[in-house]
Amino acid sequence: MAERPIDEAGADAALEAFYGALADDDADELYDRAPCGYLSTTPDGTIIKVNQTFLTWTGYSRDELVGRTFAELLTAGGRIYHETHYAPMLQMQGTAREIALEVVKAGGERLPALVNSVLERDDQGAPLVVRTAVFDATERRRYEQELVLAKRRAEDSERRARSLVRTLQQTLIPPEPPEIPGLEVCAVYRPAGAGDEVGGDFYDVFEIGPQRWVVVVGDVRGKGVEAAVVTAFARYWVRAAAVRHAEPSQVFRVVNEVLMRHDTDRFCTAALLRFHRTQEGWQVVAASAGHPLPLLVKPGTRARAVGRPGLFLGSFADPVLHDQELLLEPGDVMVLYTDGVTEARRGDEFYGERRLRGAVEKEGIRLKDRVEGLLEEVVDFQSGSPRDDIVIVGVAVPWNHRPAGAKPP
Amino acid sequence: MVFAHGFGCDQNMWRYVSPVFEEEFRVVLFDYPGHGGTRPPISEADRYTTLSAYAQDLLSVCRELELAEVIFVGHSVSAMIGVLAEIEEPERFAKLVLLGPSPCYTNDPPYAGGFSESDIEELLESLESNYLGWSSAMAPVIMGNNDRPELGAELEASFCRTDPEMAHRFARATFLSDNREDLKRVTTPSLVLQCTNDAIAPVAVGEFVCDAIPDCSLVLLDATGHCPHLSKPDATAAAIADFVGG
Repeated sequence: MAERPIDEAGADAALEAFYGALADDDADELYDRAPCGYLSTTPDGTIIKVNQTFLTWTGYSRDELVGRTFAELLTAGGRIYHETHYAPMLQMQGTAREIALEVVKAGGERLPALVNSVLERDDQGAPLVVRTAVFDATERRRYEQELVLAKRRAEDSERRARSLVRTLQQTLIPPEPPEIPGLEVCAVYRPAGAGDEVGGDFYDVFEIGPQRWVVVVGDVRGKGVEAAVVTAFARYWVRAAAVRHAEPSQVFRVVNEVLMRHDTDRFCTAALLRFHRTQEGWQVVAASAGHPLPLLVKPGTRARAVGRPGLFLGSFADPVLHDQELLLEPGDVMVLYTDGVTEARRGDEFYGERRLRGAVEKEGIRLKDRVEGLLEEVVDFQSGSPRDDIVIVGVAVPWNHRPAGAKPP
Repeated sequence: MVFAHGFGCDQNMWRYVSPVFEEEFRVVLFDYPGHGGTRPPISEADRYTTLSAYAQDLLSVCRELELAEVIFVGHSVSAMIGVLAEIEEPERFAKLVLLGPSPCYTNDPPYAGGFSESDIEELLESLESNYLGWSSAMAPVIMGNNDRPELGAELEASFCRTDPEMAHRFARATFLSDNREDLKRVTTPSLVLQCTNDAIAPVAVGEFVCDAIPDCSLVLLDATGHCPHLSKPDATAAAIADFVGG
């Protein structure tokens, strides 16, 4: 059998003596043989009394310790900690508890310890004596070091996850809608909360032929990586289907079918506008799949919802969907949005459709100001921290609209 | 009169000393970000890795309150923070009181700051193992609850409890700084208050500071430890009063 370290043997002997003292009720023995180190110091830290357990653990003799300060027995780092934290705490609140320090033993090895102290005062309140109990924390310190390592690893991976989220967000949301001759487009996107999660809101603006464009706004339910995957997938299929199918409802049917086949239970809502430039302005065909209907504002009139509600995508084999045609003339504005706008909450109150209509009906301002002003209002309504993603896309026919193919004046 | 706390605690450290001056002076106490009742900065936390960031905060406090003829009392690292602020805006300061100052905590022979770099790493570890036990338990910062005395006990327990990340930054900024060259640029009359037995800022370091500052005197306090404003508040206050009165 391997020889046991002297410390451990000494500690065992001390513990045995402690139990003996417990049985005998011998106060001196209880003090000297306690399973923790005891030190009494003057208020400035000079050691005046120390028990046998502390001497056994550290290998010092009583004479070597009495007259020195407790701080001198600590590592240099621990000494700074003692002077800057421990001593002030003790002086201000009379106790310091569970402070982790390392005591340097007579042979130079270290004893990881947890230290508790109380400061006793005399009748006048002047500091009298500090009593300190020192517990051997070797095992606990090892465990703590593992915890610290684990915490660092967790922080690292959180940082990586955040940067991944940012990258994903940037790929899901096109930075700027393209320039469309004869049609003004402005889009804003604001992720939920602190912006550290990938949400499911998206928009897209793309050309499908000469003088033909598509604007789509959608919302995949849920958050996180899986929602992001479905969002990218849905956006891709809207583009692919819009090239082959003229009717927005037909585009949605294709997206519905691929979502049904895709291995996900996420569903998706979307509103799609198909634009065709004509002599009078822009011919628009609108469809909505479970999504808030786009709003149309003609100059001098109230906002009205466009299209008929249809079923959301990804859950039912043959969703009911409708197309509606309308004509956009110079001065007309359309606004598409996600429910992050209307369902924005302040306490029990929703931002709601009334406020939304009020914001989009504002006349005499540029489309950009109308869209960005609305976003700002919705974000402010939630004290700056939206609970859900917000997408707003505004489309306007400029007053100086010239019909397709017309010669410049 | 502006009192600035050192590394470790917060403005409560001054509670036995600053009241002495309230009758004669406008007394200003503050906490650095992440200390005491001040929230850690959200966006620019990384700025706080050098002492000049803290000096800027000190100057911001002075500007915001439109303080002039400031008598600055800085403990420990705040002594150097005050020095940096004075160099930037000397006209704002009337007097500097440097309590247990050190312009450089690490050894650079023949200069003996008292610590090696590995000692400082050890301190950072020591910080980490101690915050492990407390940081999550640190109650949400309690402010302005004078009408709720039951919170007093909680306040008591929050002394010296600093936001761990900020404490880590402050420790680095403090113990790895070297401001020895800055001392000679101080023009404001200064007082070094030095403890006879200070493990963090030994007497030789206090003398170094006082010798380097052109207009400086040194008073030795018969005290052990780094916080004479707690252990010997009367003597500390008397020495400050002597200096600001004369």
